[in-house]
Amino acid sequence: MGKFIYLDHAATTAARPEVVEAMLPYFTEKFWNPSSVYSPAMENKNVIDQCREIIGDSLGTDRQNIYFTAGGSESDNWALKAAAEAYQGKGKHIITSKIEHHAILHTCEYLEAKGFEVTYLDVDENGIIKLEQLKKAIRPDTILISIMFANNEIGSIQPIKEIGEIAKEHGIIFHTDAVQAYGQLPINVDEYHIDMLSASGHKLNGPKGIGFLYIRKGLKLRSFIHGGAQERKRRAGTENVSGIVGLGKAVEIAFKTMEERTAKETEIRDYAIDRILSEIPYCRLNGDRRKRLPNNINISFQFIEGESLLIMLDMAGICASSGSACTSGSLDPSHVLLAIGLPHEIAHGSLRMTLGEETTKEDMDYVIEKLKEIVDKLRSMSPLYEDFVKKSR
Amino acid sequence: MYSEKVMDHFQNPRNVGEIENASGVGTVGNAKCGDIMRIYLDIDEDKVIRDVKFKTFGCGAAVATSSMATELVKGKTVQEALEVTNKAVMEALDGLPPVKVHCSLLAEEAIHAALWDYAEKNGIQIEGLEKPKADISEEEEEEEY
Repeated sequence: MGKFIYLDHAATTAARPEVVEAMLPYFTEKFWNPSSVYSPAMENKNVIDQCREIIGDSLGTDRQNIYFTAGGSESDNWALKAAAEAYQGKGKHIITSKIEHHAILHTCEYLEAKGFEVTYLDVDENGIIKLEQLKKAIRPDTILISIMFANNEIGSIQPIKEIGEIAKEHGIIFHTDAVQAYGQLPINVDEYHIDMLSASGHKLNGPKGIGFLYIRKGLKLRSFIHGGAQERKRRAGTENVSGIVGLGKAVEIAFKTMEERTAKETEIRDYAIDRILSEIPYCRLNGDRRKRLPNNINISFQFIEGESLLIMLDMAGICASSGSACTSGSLDPSHVLLAIGLPHEIAHGSLRMTLGEETTKEDMDYVIEKLKEIVDKLRSMSPLYEDFVKKSR
Repeated sequence: MYSEKVMDHFQNPRNVGEIENASGVGTVGNAKCGDIMRIYLDIDEDKVIRDVKFKTFGCGAAVATSSMATELVKGKTVQEALEVTNKAVMEALDGLPPVKVHCSLLAEEAIHAALWDYAEKNGIQIEGLEKPKADISEEEEEEEY
């Protein structure tokens, strides 16, 4: 007994020991306010700039384009609201997709209430937007396109470079929510024509409460928080020095280990997907088989409900998540699963497992054995399965 | 999130299964919302519920409330079973999170639906029993893979 397998790395990750170690002095002996003039405080200012540089390098851009925030949701809010405000003179039309994170979707709803018009692009059955539809959606008054780099639920990776090219061609600002992709996929903001990019620390073994927004030089965005001169006056408030140091360390390690780590994750991911699809009947993979985050597995099991599945997995020491309504607090299952065309009852039976670098093949073998037992048990209790079996007799 | 009793009834659900040639069968809920309950009743000539089984598609609370509801009506007369309310089911489970209260309503509804089916099959009326809402979306087609 005592098995514990964490398969929810898309929700959050543990901070690496090196990250915590790097952060600790900034709570105590190096507590200085980076804006102060005495020399120890100036040290802190330098440290922040070094972290900014690590992040700038990771995206192929200058450090001055990186603005620290409190995380992914803040970055998304800032990017959309400020760009909408700054460029509303040109037009009030925004394009996004139906499978964005709620930090984007609810911000778009807010902007709609403020008089902006938003087009929500469909995705295909694999959760990828259609470039032709994007091109058709562009109007003379379109000022902003915001499409996530990779989806948090089904892991589908969008054609970011192509979207960037289309946006550039039409002189439209392109923002991408890269919270899930950053640290897992190589990103170059110039090559992909990305004007704004959101990322978060705790998804890549950094601390919570810290993230950043990349803003292309020359974009006239209003300040997110007015006050002091921090973050080039665009986000005032004394810097979260320890958080920034932790993020810098996490990014440094994430990019150093990316190739090896994601190759291993991809192998285990594909091994697990193949086994589940071949050994458990009546299930399907959600999201694109190939254009998929290295650590994402999302499978729908017909005739069973996700929350029951999660509780039983939890009792077996396995932490995962689901797109079931019961886990979202509403009656509707995940908007992402509905957008790829799943009927409600199949969307309710979805399971997301997101691997981490510590996940082994043996872990997945254990998970799959448990999964088989649990799916069997839940199906034996399911009136939907009963009907199905009787019908097919 | 759930009480120990709910967890117990979820982990070790009582009376799971089917009854062949049941006196009454009731199915409520719909797959769209993620909850379907089906209750089978075996009722003898004295109108006593001799046996009861259930099958449920749904969350932990849906399974636990079905299980508890079957426990509460087993051995009771039809009239007594009718008085088993969702509140009684909830209390017996030491409560449910607010978002899961609808599961207990569904359990009550499933019992009523099975009783209604029994009454119809036998051409009798059960005092105080109203025709339950048919909440199942029949038109929903099975998806094939």
